[in-house]
Amino acid sequence: MEEERGKEMGKEEAELFAPRLVTTEENFAPGHRACIGCGEALAVRHVCKAMGKNVIIVNATGCIEIISSLLPQTSWCVPWIHTLFENVAAVVSGIESAYKARARKGKIHDKDVKFVGFAGDGGTSDIGIQALSGAMERGHNFLYCCFDNEAYMNTGIQRSSSTPYGAWTTTAPVGKKSIGQTTWKKNMPEIAVAHAIPYVATACPSYPFDLMDKVRKGVEMGGPAYVHILSPCPTGWRYPPNLTIEMGRLAVETGVFPLYEVINGEYRLSFDFPNLKPVREYMKAQRRFRHLTDDIVEKIQARVEKEYLRLREKAGVE
Amino acid sequence: MKKGKILGLEGSFAVAEAVRLANADVIAAYPITPQTHIVERLSEMVADGDLDAEFICVESEHTAMSACVGASAAGARVFTCTAGQGLELMHEVLYIPSSMRLPVVAVIANRALSAPLSVWCDHSDMMAIRDIGWIQMLAENNQQAFDLTLCAYRIAEDNEVLFPTMVHIDGFYLSHVIEDMTLPDDEEVAGFIPEYKHPFALDPDKPVSMGCYGPPFIYPETKKAQEVAFENTIPKILETWREFGDLFGRHYALVEKYRMEHAKIALLTMGSCSETAMLAIDEMRAEGEEVGLIRLRLWRPFPFREFREAVKDVEVVVVLDRCVSFGMGGPVCSEVKSALYDLRKKPNVVGFIGGLGGRDIPIEEFKYMIQSALGKVKAIERGEEIETEMIGIRE
Repeated sequence: MEEERGKEMGKEEAELFAPRLVTTEENFAPGHRACIGCGEALAVRHVCKAMGKNVIIVNATGCIEIISSLLPQTSWCVPWIHTLFENVAAVVSGIESAYKARARKGKIHDKDVKFVGFAGDGGTSDIGIQALSGAMERGHNFLYCCFDNEAYMNTGIQRSSSTPYGAWTTTAPVGKKSIGQTTWKKNMPEIAVAHAIPYVATACPSYPFDLMDKVRKGVEMGGPAYVHILSPCPTGWRYPPNLTIEMGRLAVETGVFPLYEVINGEYRLSFDFPNLKPVREYMKAQRRFRHLTDDIVEKIQARVEKEYLRLREKAGVE
Repeated sequence: MKKGKILGLEGSFAVAEAVRLANADVIAAYPITPQTHIVERLSEMVADGDLDAEFICVESEHTAMSACVGASAAGARVFTCTAGQGLELMHEVLYIPSSMRLPVVAVIANRALSAPLSVWCDHSDMMAIRDIGWIQMLAENNQQAFDLTLCAYRIAEDNEVLFPTMVHIDGFYLSHVIEDMTLPDDEEVAGFIPEYKHPFALDPDKPVSMGCYGPPFIYPETKKAQEVAFENTIPKILETWREFGDLFGRHYALVEKYRMEHAKIALLTMGSCSETAMLAIDEMRAEGEEVGLIRLRLWRPFPFREFREAVKDVEVVVVLDRCVSFGMGGPVCSEVKSALYDLRKKPNVVGFIGGLGGRDIPIEEFKYMIQSALGKVKAIERGEEIETEMIGIRE
């Protein structure tokens, strides 16, 4: 199976596969309290490797904040601040402006610090969307990473606008009159694109070098950059923790979560799959989808194919 | 003594001048009546190059305060201003700078709260945020609005204080009124406001984690530390005002007294209506009544000692609230009563509510409050229950 995948990935993966170039330094220290198999903690680790030390991180309330900052300990080897749930982009705006003003006034010397916001899917596409939209519109020089595990996992698997259609959650339960989530996942990367910012990308820790590459581009782009990172969650998606990498791979290979970037409005597919795997392969290991009947799976399949086609068209892929 | 120059300035412009003289680095604000003239004036100053600051035109007050928190944590001198609903939208964020010890300075053009919608002045907005750990002080005229805003930077940023500080100016009464005031020259102010240096500002050269997660084994200790530090801000506030008084000749006290010599009845007010109250006191004194006025300059931390001292010889304290605590009367009256409760010899307290939603309080109503208070005290002594009277209500 591994060989098969290697073939399908083709040359893009070969270009990006450069483990020796990745630092062994960990700015997100081990010993944090994430669940076994947490895709989000893995993604944060990759993001931190890609950004380096000259960075200030603003973190929303959520899984990552809780598992990394339990007083009196911290996992953060770089400056890090958490204040509230919905205001990450606002706090980043303030920090970026502080550095800008103080460097201009000669109060500090300009050392080209990178400013980064971290939030989950709830903190991004629901409660934090206003602050994020404002910060992107104002054009602050920052990178925003949304770690999307597709529900409010920290509070116990409640649905968000990023939860996929048909998924079980504790507030979109499956019942006699409900199939679980009845709305389609909000397309947050497209909302970021609509702000005409220089850089938008999707990523997944199952593709670590692609992810790091995008994070590096994001922090170096010199304007608002948005990277939406699918972070598989064994606890909330109800799959065995050893399958996290597999889940991310399948999300991409089925077209459920395509990896692409939008550089100054130009779309580019990071990996293209002319023959998508059936979504059923992605869904079958996840108990959040196990109640779905064939007709609903087919409905999801049709939607995924339609969206994927649309994305290919935008990227100019024949 | 610094002289400065005398000129006519609107209250909002006076505040903007103080922010310019303090050389703020980052301003984040969202327009709301009656605060708008402050942000407009500051925008002009930045546009003209008279103030070298980043002005973040945010999309809400929640973001305004959040951006100030970020900027302050990164070591910048910051400013924001709002009113009424805007302060309520900030509410959640206000806890952050007080708990994380970030010296954000804010000016509030006090405004009533919806519904029904009212853009006019009362104190409902400031009373709703009184338990958050911001230093809160009130100005009664434009000169004080300027002086207290300037002093707020010196107080908040003192490394022994490091608490956010709010200056309250009554919406329209001060924000939109032009008065004579003395504006110090730039060089006269220069020495009074030192450079801001937060001891643990966010900096990649010295990484810190701010705003961590506090489980039950440590949360109460953080709150105890905050409360002790907050109460200890009073000596620094006094020291700053004393030094300001020495330099500029205008002196401020935590509790201000007016014609309190041998007063048997003290009227207690806060904010701009105090100057009308003074006229009422003057008239009653002329008629031979033994009445005086006290005003709370500092609302938080509550100046217990100075307040008790101010009323120690009076028989009745008449409290005017410009806010309703529904089902409870007036919030200032409640606090005044609790401040006096432990005293062996204490005055009677009679509360009134007035001036809601920008309704003016004329001299006659102040006199009415004082005069009718004696009757209410007699009723209290007879064991009757006295309700808080709302003055000037049409039947």
